[in-house]
Amino acid sequence: MSDSVGIVSAQRATFDTPLVFRSGASLPRYELVYETYGKLNAAKSNAILICHALSGHHHVAGYYQDDPKNIGWWDNMVGPGKPIDTNKFFVLGVNNLGGCHGSTGPSSINPETGQPYGANFPLITVEDWVESQARLADRLGIRQFAAIVGGSLGGMQAMQWSLIYPDRVRHVFAIAAAPNLTAQNIAFNDVARNAILTDPDFHGGNYYQHKVVPTRGLRLARMLGHITYLSDDAMANKFGRGLRSGQFNYSYEIEFEIESYLRYQGDKFASYFDANTYLLMTKALDYFDPAHDFDGDLNQAFSRAEANFLVISFTTDWRFSPQRSHEIVQPLLHNRRNVSYAEIDSTHGHDSFLTQHAQYFAVMRAYLDNVSRECAA
Amino acid sequence: MNNDATSLGIERPDFAAIAAWIPTGASVLDLGCGDGSLLRYLKEKRAVRGYGVEINDRDIVSCIVNGVSVIQNNLDSGLSDFEDNAFDFVILSQTLQATRHTEALMQEMLRVGREGIVSFPNFGHWRNRLSIMLGNMPVSRVLPYQWYDTPNVHLCTLDDFEDFCGAHRVTVLERRVMSGKREVRALPNLLGSTAVYRFERAV
Repeated sequence: MSDSVGIVSAQRATFDTPLVFRSGASLPRYELVYETYGKLNAAKSNAILICHALSGHHHVAGYYQDDPKNIGWWDNMVGPGKPIDTNKFFVLGVNNLGGCHGSTGPSSINPETGQPYGANFPLITVEDWVESQARLADRLGIRQFAAIVGGSLGGMQAMQWSLIYPDRVRHVFAIAAAPNLTAQNIAFNDVARNAILTDPDFHGGNYYQHKVVPTRGLRLARMLGHITYLSDDAMANKFGRGLRSGQFNYSYEIEFEIESYLRYQGDKFASYFDANTYLLMTKALDYFDPAHDFDGDLNQAFSRAEANFLVISFTTDWRFSPQRSHEIVQPLLHNRRNVSYAEIDSTHGHDSFLTQHAQYFAVMRAYLDNVSRECAA
Repeated sequence: MNNDATSLGIERPDFAAIAAWIPTGASVLDLGCGDGSLLRYLKEKRAVRGYGVEINDRDIVSCIVNGVSVIQNNLDSGLSDFEDNAFDFVILSQTLQATRHTEALMQEMLRVGREGIVSFPNFGHWRNRLSIMLGNMPVSRVLPYQWYDTPNVHLCTLDDFEDFCGAHRVTVLERRVMSGKREVRALPNLLGSTAVYRFERAV
């Protein structure tokens, strides 16, 4: 594939300076795994950070030599000649702290106890992630990112960057994101967490020592989450009321195609994802609220931002609907920031941000062409 | 469609008229901004700070290519993203006739802007009158659509627009009427093909 970044490998950075979290807890030492694609130019002005969403990681594009089927989660967007063009940009993907793909997280061994952190891993916020990512940027010699790009929870990190480090990012891409979670969003997250927390195999978060995994809870959490990622239309088109055996069997076994699909997705996810990480990620989503420190005034919160923004929403996204993106646009307009907003007509709900959609890609490509011209200038 | 935005800017006679009214460094909102060529023109000639609002997908991409900040939205659903008096000028260029809720939009323009500027094809132009007298809806360079395939739902004459302003507490500050690139002074409602108005809220 000529438009793939090809064979990639993950790298690891160790940090020995303690990181103090918003919660007050701290980690004395931690590791981040990351991947990079493309070349950092001499001026170090062409770096793009990709922030991942709830279940994402550092493997954004390309594939591994020993695992060629393991293709990066945003390979359709990132690569030579693709909208995030690795011929022009130096692209950085990082597994967030608290994750389960190699960065220090609840399943990592706590050097102080010799046991996995488990329930002792601190609750983490989007601000904490930005802080940890900034240290990685320092390590890589990146003073200022040309752009920070993220969808969903990733978009929240991109926004948060512009508020904590206004002079370290020139362009923020907030895709399928929101300025905070609604009560309904939090409610869905809480049901998902309860599925995990009440699983008898959860053991208060220390299931590693019991050599079990709260699979039932995690798969229920994922099934629920997955419903919120799809649109009613997408489900109707893909599954409708389709029956696996073509008839009612009057049992609780899988009958409808949608049941089969959700259970498959739940099983697949529960086989590789860590339940504690899932809990942490959903809490980070719940806590995200840049206006929190400003009496709920988002205009004031965004007054710190200096970056240019591209905000993108998708018509059938009901998890973070287009209206939520307008709530991001409004404080930027209030603060007279450069902001463009595109509403993409897509049937795929929240997951649209991961799909290859002509208009979505045209917008990304046009905007990024301008960003790359700035880097060259 | 938008191969050379700058040359398009020079070609559109209303652009020069609009630019002449806008002082350097003004803040501008361009409603129905199309491919962003007017805003780009104003940025280059007048160093304005501005945003466009546009609904069409292809135009959104063109605006971004043109380096214009654009918000994708339908004008008829209002300008709810914008605060009161956020702009020095709110421009509606060759779009008034295609808006559904024209009254509400005019009020919104003067809510978010100190002054409004509209340009529109004059339906009272003699060619249009002649065309109708001869039995057909007019089709011209300024009104290039067939009656069954037109976005223009609220066409008006200069007199209609001025009556509208009078009835809606809108004060016209300046008017320029053109036929092609030529300014029209005599019998504007008959001889003008395009009109540009600058207006504000009546006090």
